[in-house]
Amino acid sequence: MTGTEETMPVLRAQNLGIQFGGLKAVDSFNLEIGESELVGLIGPNGAGKTTVFNLITGVYKPTEGSFYLNGQSMNGKKTHQIVEAGIARTFQNIRLFKKMTVIDNVKAAMSAKLSYNLFHAVFRTPSYWKQEEELTKRAEELLQIVHLNGKEDYEAGNLPYGEQRRLEIARALATDMKLLLLDEPAAGMNPTETEELLEIINYIRDEFKISVLLIEHDMSLVMKICERISVLDFGTTIASGTPEEIANHPKVIEAYLGKDDEEVEKDA
Amino acid sequence: MEKRFKVSYFLNFLGVLAVFFLFVLLFENNAFGRSTQYIKGISTTACYTIIMVASLNLVVGCMGEFSLGHAGFVSVGAYASAIVSNGLTGKGLPDIALFLVALLAGGIAAGLTGVLVGIPALRLRGDYLAIVTIAFAEIIRVLFCNLSITGGGKTMSGIIKLSNFYWSFWIMVVCITVMYMYVRSRFGRTVKAIREDYIAASASGINVTYYKVLTFTVAAFFAGIGGGVYAHYMTAMIPTNFNFMYSAELLSEVIIGGIGSITGSIIGAAFLSSLPEMMRQFSQYRMLAYSVVLVLVMIFKPGGIFGAWEFSLIRVCERLTGRKGGWEKNRKKTEGGV
Repeated sequence: MTGTEETMPVLRAQNLGIQFGGLKAVDSFNLEIGESELVGLIGPNGAGKTTVFNLITGVYKPTEGSFYLNGQSMNGKKTHQIVEAGIARTFQNIRLFKKMTVIDNVKAAMSAKLSYNLFHAVFRTPSYWKQEEELTKRAEELLQIVHLNGKEDYEAGNLPYGEQRRLEIARALATDMKLLLLDEPAAGMNPTETEELLEIINYIRDEFKISVLLIEHDMSLVMKICERISVLDFGTTIASGTPEEIANHPKVIEAYLGKDDEEVEKDA
Repeated sequence: MEKRFKVSYFLNFLGVLAVFFLFVLLFENNAFGRSTQYIKGISTTACYTIIMVASLNLVVGCMGEFSLGHAGFVSVGAYASAIVSNGLTGKGLPDIALFLVALLAGGIAAGLTGVLVGIPALRLRGDYLAIVTIAFAEIIRVLFCNLSITGGGKTMSGIIKLSNFYWSFWIMVVCITVMYMYVRSRFGRTVKAIREDYIAASASGINVTYYKVLTFTVAAFFAGIGGGVYAHYMTAMIPTNFNFMYSAELLSEVIIGGIGSITGSIIGAAFLSSLPEMMRQFSQYRMLAYSVVLVLVMIFKPGGIFGAWEFSLIRVCERLTGRKGGWEKNRKKTEGGV
């Protein structure tokens, strides 16, 4: 919240929606994320949270509405173009490059951005060595951030679950993004691991000055770190506001817990 | 780090030289008596087969897609290089220059075909891609059976004999080196990421289509060069040489040698291409033997004999001299293991 000065939001989604046949999976989704803001996206299972992520990362093309990154329209762009523009994500069901080493997972995400061409690669020119050296150094730094240093040469698929989740975050960081989308990063983690993850998220937010959009079912985590929360149910936004507002919002309680018997009777 | 790789490249070069001079010594001294000439021929066959198999391994091992139409690229390369060398003979070019120009032409023709086929075909994955590549190879074969420039279904003969073992050997070395450098660079790394998970790869900013088509093109290019060496060794060919069985043969050599291992491709191709020659009298049972071996490999060693393992001369040297430690530990960091 800058107050006096009007700043451009990092992400602005305007009436974003997608229809699969007769089903409106997401309907007129509106969201603004400011610079280094941490916004939570919650909702019951099947509410359309991951679909929102898929829309913003270009996996699905929105059937209505549009979204902007730093004022630049991202509609119709391919996933890799959107990533290049600055939106990176992690996946709910971990998608690592399982048979590659931990460090190669991170390096692969940076490799597309390197500038050396086939000629440099084949003849191993100084430019190749320099860029590869920098790449390695940077990848090691990122692994340090997610506490995976010392595990560089492990096969990614052999890491324990919590470390795989952290490696996904490192891989997303490697793309040099402005907005990080985290899809249930704490799923399947024990309380200690969740605590560690929380620290990492806070650290990268401060360190890289990035904005984060977070899907999470762990309410204590969401309430603890999110500045604002949007709640989805059946594809529509039913509430948005600060954690306190959300926690006491009648519609949110209804979506998660259902109505009281009395209210149901009253409505009828 | 860099220093170690330079030492490694130098060692490998020395190793290749040693192998080369071993062959020269054997052949020049008629070590095999009357069959020396024959064995030399088989070794040449092995050289171009290695190029073809290693290039197919880029697609199958590195990119993780099955291509059953590699013979199509080989035939494009073979015919293109034959046409070019026929056109250029008697123009006063020295043999080696003529050969290299012809090979390059074959490679480029096959590479261009690779782009044309790759852009639509690589939208497909798995079985569907395999079917499309079979169709492509068949189209090429039928096309060459009907074009007058390729002899129109008749044997195209009178191709100048330019491939001998020594040249083929060095061409193979160069091709393998370039492919190895390709795999151990950012290109190989991105393609391997695509193989592992293409959704995650595109979510990591990798242009999946571009890198797939690029790798397919590089593979086609080297298949074309292999075809060029083939054409100038056989001096006569017919489009039906490059039928589905030929593609299947190349693919089974990749699988038996080891999916993703260039070492495996070299050993697999060298053995499997010279074995049937050695046992000429049983040669009609070759495909039968292949299938049995293929089934056995699939059962007992699904990744191929060498898996994804690569032979490394410097590792051998370090083990022999006991100089392990730091170098070995940091091995994967700069170049990234396969």
